[in-house]
Amino acid sequence: MWQDEVRRVALGIRQRVFEHTLKNQGGYLSQACSAADFLATLYIKTLKLGPSIAPPVPRPFAGPPGVNNPNSFTGADYHGAKQPEYDRFFISPAHYALVIYAALIETGRMAPAGLDLFNQDGSSVEMIGAEHSPGMEVTTGSLAQGLSMAAGVALARKLKQESGRVWVFLSDGELQEGQTWEAFQVIHHYALDNLAVIVDVNGQQCDGAMDSVLLPGSFAAKLTAFGAQVIEVDGHDIEALQQAAAIRPLQRALVILAKTCPYQGMDYLKKRYPRLHYVRFRSTEEFNELEAAIRQQLYHLK
Amino acid sequence: MDLVSKPYAQAFIEFARHKPEVLCISADLTSSCEIDGFREQFPERFFSMGMTEQHTLSFCAGLALEGFRPFFHTFSVFLYRRPYDQLINSIAYANRRVRLMGFLPGITTPGGITHQAIEDIAVLRSVPNLTLLETGDATEVETVLEVADAIDGPVYVRVWRGLVPRLFTTPFGFNQLRTLSQGKDVLVLSAGITTEEAMRATQALIQTGVSITHLHVSTLKPFARQAFLEALVGIRYGIVTIENHTIVGGLGSIVAEILAEEGIAKKLIRLGLQDTFAHGASRPYLMKKYGLDAMALIRAIEKLLHHTTGLTANELPAVRLDTVHNEAKAEAL
Repeated sequence: MWQDEVRRVALGIRQRVFEHTLKNQGGYLSQACSAADFLATLYIKTLKLGPSIAPPVPRPFAGPPGVNNPNSFTGADYHGAKQPEYDRFFISPAHYALVIYAALIETGRMAPAGLDLFNQDGSSVEMIGAEHSPGMEVTTGSLAQGLSMAAGVALARKLKQESGRVWVFLSDGELQEGQTWEAFQVIHHYALDNLAVIVDVNGQQCDGAMDSVLLPGSFAAKLTAFGAQVIEVDGHDIEALQQAAAIRPLQRALVILAKTCPYQGMDYLKKRYPRLHYVRFRSTEEFNELEAAIRQQLYHLK
Repeated sequence: MDLVSKPYAQAFIEFARHKPEVLCISADLTSSCEIDGFREQFPERFFSMGMTEQHTLSFCAGLALEGFRPFFHTFSVFLYRRPYDQLINSIAYANRRVRLMGFLPGITTPGGITHQAIEDIAVLRSVPNLTLLETGDATEVETVLEVADAIDGPVYVRVWRGLVPRLFTTPFGFNQLRTLSQGKDVLVLSAGITTEEAMRATQALIQTGVSITHLHVSTLKPFARQAFLEALVGIRYGIVTIENHTIVGGLGSIVAEILAEEGIAKKLIRLGLQDTFAHGASRPYLMKKYGLDAMALIRAIEKLLHHTTGLTANELPAVRLDTVHNEAKAEAL
């Protein structure tokens, strides 16, 4: 059953990001809570990707791309070889890198030892992923550029008559950036129906709950007005996610608004809501309490 | 002098005709960038983006990632001021083969501060992987496309549009300096529209007995350092740079950096906007007001020579005056 495999991968993502956050005294933990289920669904069931052609343990950073650097590489190889019929998957919120690395390990695309290189000097397994980081093909840490770049790829693939889809993972905070709406206008004008977007609607951003930072209004209404076919789903309901992802609208991009909980699977984190963008510890007691509670939930509640 | 109307228009059509991977991208300034003819002949390779410059730079990066070579046409200012972050992260870092075709550089537009790219070279020279080209006559406008297209990485081009003088008979030479006159008193370096203006001055000065080496620069990054140093050998009094740009960070600064690094003690006068914004007015008026015209060059050379030539504007070849509205322009800008 693919559902069992998705659940295994999703739990594995949460466990790995949790262990890593403990080891490093902090991390992007809530992003694993919100994104693990839809990322697992995408990697296991939705995306049509070839097997990884990258080294299981990521290479050291080989310098920025340029004519004088023949050694630079991208992390796209972890998503397999490029083929006309294969999908492409662009990760826009590059601060989800830890979650993506965990997903690549759980899906057999990267060796578990790769995570030991996270945020180590000289490593390509960077904290804010860039195009050399596993799973990344473009540099998206300055938010909202990933969608535009992916739209360019989508138009190019149409011109080349390639059948594969172009998938983009967006965070809801990126919908505040003006460039996002420039992109959706162009996506609509050129009817880029080979483009599919999934948004982690966790309602969180760096300063706290989105509602308190900048009132978002209705994402669905805005995106629909900009010409996208919008599906709102529970971002932890893997059956609903897969059903939504299987839709291929004609002449319109698909946008899946995955409504997620920023402490899904780690109930203890609710105590910290809405300050969940980056979890760190102020005391040993706090660390011990969090560890015990979440460890209990992740390893003993089945 | 031969004046050519809209050399870019036909040049781009001929350049792109048999190159299916060349895409023409526009941001609501199609006829202003002389690509309306291309749009009519090759609609399947013309893409209107509307006024979405930030998006468009990233979008072009995506097209380039897939092997296309997008030529993004808009006014120079809109290629780097508003979308600078996209230029860095989507294009320059990844060394994408995106061609940024910048029209109306510097004070060639009466559009004022919002339309005048007076610090583009300063800003963009600091961006790794980016090549900077500037056209100084109709021949260079016609031949810069193949040069830009051959570069493995992003390219920013200052394109001269409308009525453009033909000064040169040989094509745009990448990272080469054109020697327009040779002499031993002073070395003059000009680029873009200032070359035509500098030639008005140097012709008159040479007749009064001043010995001038005049170099035209069309590649600003990289820079033909060795050729410049060779031209400098034996120059007695000093160097004048004249640029359609602020004197901070452009051609004058490039020359100053080389002089300092080489330990060459030569006087340098940098003509251009003297660390000031300009405003909306005609090109000849602005060139005169801000000291990047022929008389400013004559006065600068006299200063280096400690000698007054007695030349006045009356002795110079006439200034070309473009009318506000003419057949070579899509609008009054």
